[in-house]
Amino acid sequence: MQQRGTIQERYHRQVLLKEFGEQGQQRLAEAKVLVLGAGGLGCPALLYLAAAGVGTLGIVDFDTVSMSNLHRQVLFGTEDIGQLKVLVAEQKLKAINADINILTYPAKLDTALCLELFDSYDIILDGTDNFATRYMVNDACVLLQKPLVYGAVSRFEGQVAVFAADRNAVNYRDLFPQPPVEGEVLNCAEAGVLGVLPGIIGSMQANEVIKWITGMGELLKNQLYTYHALYNQHMTVELSVVEENRKWMPKNEQEFLSTNYEWLCGIGVDAKEIDSKQLEALIAQEKLLVIDVREEGQLPEISFVEHVKMPLSGLKEQLHTIDADTVVFICQSGKRSLQAANWLAEINTRINIYSLKGGVLNWKTYKQ
Amino acid sequence: MELQITIFGQLTDITGTNLIRVPAVSTTDELLAALKQQYPALGTAKFVVAVDKKIIQGNTELAANSSIALLPPFSGG
Repeated sequence: MQQRGTIQERYHRQVLLKEFGEQGQQRLAEAKVLVLGAGGLGCPALLYLAAAGVGTLGIVDFDTVSMSNLHRQVLFGTEDIGQLKVLVAEQKLKAINADINILTYPAKLDTALCLELFDSYDIILDGTDNFATRYMVNDACVLLQKPLVYGAVSRFEGQVAVFAADRNAVNYRDLFPQPPVEGEVLNCAEAGVLGVLPGIIGSMQANEVIKWITGMGELLKNQLYTYHALYNQHMTVELSVVEENRKWMPKNEQEFLSTNYEWLCGIGVDAKEIDSKQLEALIAQEKLLVIDVREEGQLPEISFVEHVKMPLSGLKEQLHTIDADTVVFICQSGKRSLQAANWLAEINTRINIYSLKGGVLNWKTYKQ
Repeated sequence: MELQITIFGQLTDITGTNLIRVPAVSTTDELLAALKQQYPALGTAKFVVAVDKKIIQGNTELAANSSIALLPPFSGG
């Protein structure tokens, strides 16, 4: 522990603020914040929460650092590639502020872990990267009555909100009652994201957490804030509780534990995934139809096999026109193509239907 | 008279732009029907509608100067 004088000096500039003061600093020191995901949103949020002096920071992430993380996940450097994110984050945050407690959970978040962890924290910051986890986290926070600071990014746009701030407050299901199925909405790996954008949105989430803890200002409660980085446009829309939507939520912890969130998002359904080698073998076949389900203009162009383009957004109307002995769906990372394969399998049992695992990105790796 | 509609997120893949104008109609149901005719892929896309910065539930009356936004979910982090 450092001397009191040093602590006063460390936090001097924010204690100087009359809205914050010694009391604000004390409240931060006593607070426990759980950050879900040490990714694009989690990194900047963790940096500011640690620097501000939040007493206990929990970090949940099962993943390791990879090269394609580095343009936006600013806690990590080239030398950290392959290391567990939570461990690198802990080390970097300790170097910034050794006075705080950091607890790391290198685990994939599931319903049991939500119930086990969330109770011992005051507020939850969602920096996760998929709908299955986001709906699970939302439902857990509503059940346990934990405020949830939500943030999400795509390409140049971000969203921020504070859900479940109290018994009558809105939650994510008041906005979007049910999760989209896998492939219906692109993730960052497929749609791309400007590196600085999660920096802005994650910092805003940290700001909401600090305001909630210290009681300063007004929260984005019952509101959704949207930001567009290209045009500096922002908009705050009002949300209200939609009783009808609540029927989708688990009523109690038992129901929550038995909910399969990945299944709700269409993950793990039964379609045949093939790898690049299997596709090469299929290309030799006659009456093979390869369908690129990416939206218009998505790069890289597929040059390794003849194909037709049917973007997923309009595919359902075109399904009945597909005629071949064997169909292989391809997309950027293999998720939308799996969705397409499942859709076709629902209406057609005659065609052999496949999805290229890992998508175009995987094919390029294989060729190198 | 025309209505201005701001398009968010990946819905711009469908509309090709983040601001579209359509001839004025008096309800959101009429507006959505017109939009889906112009952009059929909106028919299967997931989004919510905000009128004058409030997320609406069900059919809602529009004024000549209503500001309208279509907001899709996204999950990136």
